[in-house]
Amino acid sequence: MSCCQGLKINIPKGAKKIVLAGNPNVGKSVFFNALTGMYVDVSNFPGTTVDISHGRFGNDVVLDTPGVYGVSSFNDEERVAKDVILYGDIILNVVDALHLDRDLFLTLQLIDMGKPIIVALNMMDDVERNGIKIDVDKLSKLLGVPVIPTVAVKGKGISEVKNQIYNAKVGNSHPKILEYIKSIKDKIENQSEALMILEDDEDMLKKYGLKPFNLREEIYRLRRQRVDEIVSEVVLSDYSKSSIRNKIGYYMLNPLTGIPILFITLYVIFKVIGVFVAGNLVEITEGTIMKGYYEPFIKSVISKFVKGGVIYNFLVGEYGILTLTPTYVLGLLMPLVVAFYFFMSLLEDSGYLPRIAALTDRVLSFFGLNGRAIIPIILGFGCITMATITTRLLGTRKEKIIATALLGLTIPCSAQLGVIAGMIAPLGVKYVLIYLITIVSVFVITGTTLNKILPGESSHLFIDLPPVRIPRILNVLKKTYSKTLMFLKEATPLFALGAFIITLLNETNLLNYIQILFAPFTQNILKLPKEATNAFIMGIIRRDFGAAGLTELALNKEQTVIALVTITLFVPCIASIMVMFKERSKQEAIAIWLGSFIIAFLVGGILAFILL
Amino acid sequence: MTLDKARVGQKIVIKDILDENIRVQAIRLGLYKGANVVCSAKIPFGPIIVGNKFQEIAVGRELAKKIEIDIVS
Repeated sequence: MSCCQGLKINIPKGAKKIVLAGNPNVGKSVFFNALTGMYVDVSNFPGTTVDISHGRFGNDVVLDTPGVYGVSSFNDEERVAKDVILYGDIILNVVDALHLDRDLFLTLQLIDMGKPIIVALNMMDDVERNGIKIDVDKLSKLLGVPVIPTVAVKGKGISEVKNQIYNAKVGNSHPKILEYIKSIKDKIENQSEALMILEDDEDMLKKYGLKPFNLREEIYRLRRQRVDEIVSEVVLSDYSKSSIRNKIGYYMLNPLTGIPILFITLYVIFKVIGVFVAGNLVEITEGTIMKGYYEPFIKSVISKFVKGGVIYNFLVGEYGILTLTPTYVLGLLMPLVVAFYFFMSLLEDSGYLPRIAALTDRVLSFFGLNGRAIIPIILGFGCITMATITTRLLGTRKEKIIATALLGLTIPCSAQLGVIAGMIAPLGVKYVLIYLITIVSVFVITGTTLNKILPGESSHLFIDLPPVRIPRILNVLKKTYSKTLMFLKEATPLFALGAFIITLLNETNLLNYIQILFAPFTQNILKLPKEATNAFIMGIIRRDFGAAGLTELALNKEQTVIALVTITLFVPCIASIMVMFKERSKQEAIAIWLGSFIIAFLVGGILAFILL
Repeated sequence: MTLDKARVGQKIVIKDILDENIRVQAIRLGLYKGANVVCSAKIPFGPIIVGNKFQEIAVGRELAKKIEIDIVS
C-alpha cells in the first residue's frame, strides 16, 4: 500500500491496524487513550502540520487520525486521515450523537469503503440533556455494524467498545454506490480504493493512471440523502430546541457583543502571557536555569576538549550552537509557545476559534485573506516562526504569501513586544499612538497592496461552527503538548543554523562590515546615532536583542519612536527568515525579506522627516 | 435570489451552489441542492450563518453570492 512510508511506525507481524476515525471534536482521543493506555507515540506526517498518535492494544496497533468530515483530499488533515484509514484493518468510528446528521456522512463513507467497522455513539448524555431519543438498535440494523452508546469522558461504554472491537462488521453499503464499485471491479479489486477512484480522489487516480469518472457529486448526494433518511428514522424526537449554548454562540458572533468579547479574551491572553509568562516565568527559565546553570556548565564541559578559538566560539561562544540556541529555544521560546498553544487549544476546543474567524472574516477580506488567517496572526504575537509554520492551513498560495509578509513585517513577537512596551510606555500617550498608528497603517497598506498586485485567487470562508462547550482540560493539554513538540522539532534546527550563520558573520568580521554599511542610513535617513545600527543588526539574531540594544542609547522621545517603529518593521529574526525560505519559494522569501528591510527604513525615514 | 440576500430567521431551500470546489464540500456539511436550512445569523458585511437543526456553518459573504436559494417561509 502506498501509505504511511513517511510515518515510521513499527507494526509487528500479524498485528491488526485499528484506526480511529471521526469528525473534529467528537472525543476520539478519549477512546484512543482508553485503548492504548500510557504508551503512546506521536509521529508527524511528513510535509504537514498533522500528527498521528499511535499505540498498542493487546497485540494490535491503534492509530489515531485527525478529525475530518469525510475521506478525501480537501486539505492536509483529510489526506492524512485518508491514507491512514485506507491502511486500516478495523475502523472504530466515533460519532457525536447530537450531530448524527453531520457525522453519519463519514460513517456511511467508511461503510462504502467496505472495511469492518464498529461505531461508538458518543456524547449520549448531551442527547438526553437535549430531550432527544435515538433508537440505537435500529441505527445498528440500518448501518449493518455494531453501534455502542457511550459517554467517553465519563468512561461510560468504553469497556463495551473494548470488548466488542473485534466484532466490527462490514456494513450495508449504499446499493447504488455498490453498483458503481462493482462496475469497475475488473480494474480495481480493493473496494476502498475503488470508492476513492469513483469519488475522483486525485492521488488514487494517479496511482492507477485513470481519468476522473466525475461521479463524486452524484455519490455524495446519494450518501447525503441516505443520511437524512436514517436520521429521520432513528431520531425519535424533534431536536430544534434552542439551548443556552446557542445563545452564547450567538453573542460571540454578533459584532455588538462579539467584538467586546473578542477584545476582552485577547486582553486576558496577552496579560497572562505578557506579564506572567514573558516576565516572571522566562526570567526563571532563561535567566536562572539556562544562563545561570546550563551555559556555565556546557562551557566548562566543552573547554575541557577545546581551548578557545573558532570552534569553541561556534559551539559555546556568544552566539554558539550549544549556548544561544538552547537558551533561546528552551529558555525563552518554549514557555511562550506552550502558553500560546494552550490558549489556542482552549479557544479551539470551546468552539470559540471558528466564531472569531467568522467575526473577523470581513476585515481580513480587505487584505486578500479570510477569517481563518486570524489564527497565524494571533500566534504571531507569540512567535513569528511558529506563526509562519501555521500559514500552511490557509487555502491558496496568494493567502500564504500575504500572511507571511504581514507577519514578518508588522507583527512584533512576544519577546520583542515586552521590550517595546517597556520603552514606549514612559513616553506618554501621544508617542504610543504614533507608534500604533504607524504600525497599523503599514499593516493595512501592505495587506491591501499585496491583495491588489498579487496574482491568483483567495479562498472564501466556509467553516463549520461546532457547538460552544467547556473544553476538556486533558484534551487541551495534550494538544498543547503535541503542538509544542512539533514546533520544537521543526524550529530548533533552524535556530541552530541561525546561530551558526551569525557566528560565521562575526568570526569573519562581516557583522562589522554590515554595521558600517548600514550606519549612513541610520544616521541620515532615520537621524539616529550610528550605534543604533548595532541594535538593528542584533535584531536579526533575536528580535528582542535588537529592541533591548536601543535601551542603552541616549535617545530623545522622537528618536525612540522612530527606532522602535523601524525595529518592529525590520527583518524578523533569523529563524523566522529560514522558516519563510522553507515554507515559501526562494523568490517569495527573498522578496519578503528585502521588502521588510526597505519598508522599515522607508517608514522610519518618513517618520523622522515628520517628527524631527 | 442568492444566500447573501436572505434575512435572519428565514427558512430557505438551496437551489444551486455555483462554486464547484465548495459544492462538493458543502454536501458533507448538509448543504446541497434541495436542502432546507435556516439563515440563523448575519454578520454585517461579513459571513452568513446558516443552520440545519444543530449544525451551523459560516459562509463568507462573497461565497454566499454564489449560492442560489428560494425562501420557504
